[in-house]
Amino acid sequence: MSFESLQNYDSDDGPEVVDGKNSRVQPVIEFRDVDLAFDDQVILDGVSFTVRRGETKIVLGGSGTGKSTIINLILGLLKPDDGQIFINGEDVTHVDDADLMRIRKKIGMVFQEGALFDSLSVYDNVAYRLHEEKVDEDEVEHEVLRMLRFVDLEDAIDKMPAELSGGMRRRVGIARALVGNPDIVLFDEPTAGLDPPTARTICELAIKLRDIEDVSSIFVTHEMNNLEYLSSEYAVLDREGNVHFEQEGNTLSLINTGVMMLRDGKIIFSGTDEQLRHADDPYILRFIRGKKE
Amino acid sequence: MNLITKFLLELQEVTELLWRVLKGLRKKPRYFNEIVNQMDHIGVGSLGIVVLTGFFTGGVLILQAYPTLEYYGAQSNAGQGVATSLIRELGPVLTALMVAGRVGSSISAELGSMVVSQQIDAMRALGTSPVRKLVTPRIVALLISLPLLTIAADLFGLIGGGIVANQIYGLDTNLYVSSVRAGTSIDDLIAGIIKPIFFGIIIGLISCYKGLSTTGGTVGVGVSTTQAVVVSSIWVIIADFFLSKLLMSVLDSTLF
Repeated sequence: MSFESLQNYDSDDGPEVVDGKNSRVQPVIEFRDVDLAFDDQVILDGVSFTVRRGETKIVLGGSGTGKSTIINLILGLLKPDDGQIFINGEDVTHVDDADLMRIRKKIGMVFQEGALFDSLSVYDNVAYRLHEEKVDEDEVEHEVLRMLRFVDLEDAIDKMPAELSGGMRRRVGIARALVGNPDIVLFDEPTAGLDPPTARTICELAIKLRDIEDVSSIFVTHEMNNLEYLSSEYAVLDREGNVHFEQEGNTLSLINTGVMMLRDGKIIFSGTDEQLRHADDPYILRFIRGKKE
Repeated sequence: MNLITKFLLELQEVTELLWRVLKGLRKKPRYFNEIVNQMDHIGVGSLGIVVLTGFFTGGVLILQAYPTLEYYGAQSNAGQGVATSLIRELGPVLTALMVAGRVGSSISAELGSMVVSQQIDAMRALGTSPVRKLVTPRIVALLISLPLLTIAADLFGLIGGGIVANQIYGLDTNLYVSSVRAGTSIDDLIAGIIKPIFFGIIIGLISCYKGLSTTGGTVGVGVSTTQAVVVSSIWVIIADFFLSKLLMSVLDSTLF
């Protein structure tokens, strides 16, 4: 059975749980025919897609095409007008606030500008979720250091967000999102406004999460560089435990990275980066080449 | 959207916010540390301006009223005049207006900036309710601080009035003090404490609502800050009239 046929099974009452919760077949995120409109403006129109465990779904599209709305719907910050959303097989479309809080605990969110709390230090920002859960301070410190090490920012632990550069803010944002080992990490244009090397660092963190931590993610972006990095490179650990990035080359194709393109609230493309590059839709071609319509 | 529809919509949203604050009070987590921090910012931080406002208001009341009282030979009632107008009306209203200006603007600007920089979204994404963490502590702190600030304003107003009466018009201090005591009933004190409790809710709710409903980036923060101060000040004055009328019938006071 191919992945395609497994993804497209039909069921009326939620995705089937195959081989327990951690099965790779069960989608971690599933949208079914989701519609959303603000007054007369259609934001999403019949959007359906799935994200499998350990998969990164790159969501491309111009400004105002509904990319960030998808993330807000997953977090429950917005409710769809119609359709269903499943997280780990649970229908979250119309759950109450208490259930939403429980579900959000398994989701990490990386915001466009980092969205760090200005009044809190880097340590307190990263520790926020644990402090809220009244976790023992020794454990908090251990976890914060582990996360800051992951994003290579241990030295900034006592700084305030105002003292950090744009790239550092996003990396602290990533560290904060990863506390509590979430199954899902959502990236909302994490490289917008960053210089290419810093943007690459952010992409490398996303690749590490995908290939080494087995985290599912949605990576919203409109930058083609990000697509290039995420869909053609993979991370491996050597015997010493160091992370190396390797190119997929011409003979390999990463199956844990999918691409989806939105236009006017509709999915106009869903597939691999290779398929995207060979698409004949004029809008997609213009988007890839970076030319305005 | 016309003005009436907009007003009704905002009223509905403010009422819903109040309901969520009240609901949040029943359940954990309660952010006591945050309440104490806010009381320090709102209460202790506003003490200076409130004391000054009270002091000079008391002073100017005597300055203006004394010549008229003297004309009718009623100088000995000067203290009573200051006490009644300060404790019943000017103390609570002026304190609330000063706090609306200082604290209302800061609450709205802080929450508004958090909205436009996605910090509120981040808070919700991290599983914390912004209403419980940010709104409830501010409103509770205002509820506790505003009556205390009002008492401070009243006290310093009476002192200011006494100093002006004594230093400028040569009124005997004992006469002033006994007139204040004679002119102050327990009803005055109750009315003077109940009003700021309501004013605290008004300022807190409107400022938090305006801050959280900020749209349009940094320009939007400026707009919501202005609106928070203007709208809460107007509502304090409107509420003062209706509260005075209500307290008058409840307390059955003859002084109104």
